[in-house]
Amino acid sequence: MTYRLAPVDTTAFAAERGGGDLTVIGSVVQRSDARGHVTGRTEFFEDVAPPRLAHLKMHRSARHHARIAAVDLGEALAVPGVLRVLTHADVPNNLYTPLKLIGVGPDDEPILAVDKVRYLGEPICAVVAETEAAALEGAARVKVTYEDLPPVFDVEEALREGAPLVNEYHGQNHFIYEGHHCRRIRFGDVEAAFARADHVLEWRYQSAPIEQAPVETTGCVVIPQADGRLRIHSDTQACFFTLDNTALILETPFNKLRIVGGTVGGGFGGKVDVVVEPIACVAAMATDRPVKFVYDRAEEMQVSSPRAAERLYIKDAVMNDGKIIGRKITLYVDAGAYARHSPYGVTKAAAHLPGPYAIPNVWADCHCVFTNRTPSSAMRGFGVTIADFALESQMDQVARTLGMDPLQLRLLNAYRDGDVKAHRKVAEGTALVEVIQKAAEMSGHELPETYRRMSSTTREGL
Amino acid sequence: MPSQIVSLVVNGEHREFIAAPGATLLACLRESLGLTAAKRGCAQGACGSCTVLVDGRPEASCLVAVETVAGGSVRTLEGVATGGDLDEVQSAFVDCFATQCGFCTSGMIMVAEALLDRNPDPSEEDVIEAISGNVCRCTGYRPIVQAVLEAAARRREEAVTR
Repeated sequence: MTYRLAPVDTTAFAAERGGGDLTVIGSVVQRSDARGHVTGRTEFFEDVAPPRLAHLKMHRSARHHARIAAVDLGEALAVPGVLRVLTHADVPNNLYTPLKLIGVGPDDEPILAVDKVRYLGEPICAVVAETEAAALEGAARVKVTYEDLPPVFDVEEALREGAPLVNEYHGQNHFIYEGHHCRRIRFGDVEAAFARADHVLEWRYQSAPIEQAPVETTGCVVIPQADGRLRIHSDTQACFFTLDNTALILETPFNKLRIVGGTVGGGFGGKVDVVVEPIACVAAMATDRPVKFVYDRAEEMQVSSPRAAERLYIKDAVMNDGKIIGRKITLYVDAGAYARHSPYGVTKAAAHLPGPYAIPNVWADCHCVFTNRTPSSAMRGFGVTIADFALESQMDQVARTLGMDPLQLRLLNAYRDGDVKAHRKVAEGTALVEVIQKAAEMSGHELPETYRRMSSTTREGL
Repeated sequence: MPSQIVSLVVNGEHREFIAAPGATLLACLRESLGLTAAKRGCAQGACGSCTVLVDGRPEASCLVAVETVAGGSVRTLEGVATGGDLDEVQSAFVDCFATQCGFCTSGMIMVAEALLDRNPDPSEEDVIEAISGNVCRCTGYRPIVQAVLEAAARRREEAVTR
């Protein structure tokens, strides 16, 4: 078929408009944004080029953990084209945490560092200049004198007695959940299960941080409006989150800000944090100029928040027939220096444990740990993805140890409708049994008759 | 070094603009000529999102100093659809669902145009080789390869019927 650009084509999406027949499922529906993408007409934030655009570049911490003894802006201010060098004193409310919008606290992260840096690349001063080159030159000429503090990079070391304190706003190197040192699950009696198990099997799993690496880097263009409002063109994945957090940081009513967004050149969770818009707004207000703040590729890799590094210890109480009667899990999530979205990610992980299996005794401690690493945050199923890697690796390890078929082990332990999960929810609409049966069939993996007859809605074969 | 006036033929039109010394072709297209289809992904020639055709060759425009191509002919995604109709590559990208976020699409289409200009009947390997310098982080490579093969087939068919 031929697609027309001009005159304007009004034939698209006829099926969807066609009189309430609701026939879309099973038909091919064109993506609403595809024609913009293939013609270059889709407007990404950086395609906005207002006149008199100023550029912002950050001077970032060269230390993992240090006290800031002195900051010298003299040389930076002398660079031709530099308009302003912003410090923490220029930010109306310099301390925030993105999840405060849903009541999670404390505020634990400065927009610009005050007296201390807690990770390599933490923003200290923002240089606003006529050109990108001048902003870069100015940022390079800011001089910071540090007094080094011992850093901690490992989640278990961070929780040890006497470890360096990463984030004073928390007061200890872990997030506190309603008065508890971690997010906990207590279901049945896991120690009794270990005592009567035929096998007690334990392994450790861990992952490195993973950068989302979108092709379009994180950024925004802020344009002061004649009515005193700020229009923010952003590639954030969370327009309203950004608007509300930015308003709190600027100490301005929400209706003074307008976000133009929703077009994201790849995000994968990496553009959920609120990191570029607030300081770009401060810069636009301070200079009364449109301001662009966009990460270069190195910043995207170094300071944009990755998927957290995680470590899990999983200890199973297993009977000779393959039934898992107890599972004990200790999870450490490396939040990096600041909470961002990690307290939520850890809760999500806890809700996911012990995986899609009916295990009658479960104990889990899920720690949200602060270290001197880049703050981590959202990425595709965060909290769940690495836990699943560990849980399914554990299932394979258990099967191997017992000499059992790994699919049969899973079918035997898979949850069925009506099972009570470890966090006291009744499982409904489960389909793991059928999914495994279908996967076995499609891959030519032979299952015995009793396993082929199992069902998510009955106890047959158990 | 002073700025200089640079002349280019862009999408068949003669264009002149003032360029600072060392200005990249990408910056001139986007900032001086308002042609924003080519994207800055890495600014170091590694991602392919800024790809345009310079005298028919695909180039990472973020690495090309504009004065080195002065007087040359540049083709960008804005110049691909003619007379209001999408061309075969563009319509195949739509039909094969070869776009997700859309950020790499401009570069992908331009390398596909260059490939099909010199090889009307590419193999799957030829397509993979042609797009090997272009990153799609939504990892939609499979439909992109299919779209380029589909575009080649449509273009050959048109050549026969014409």
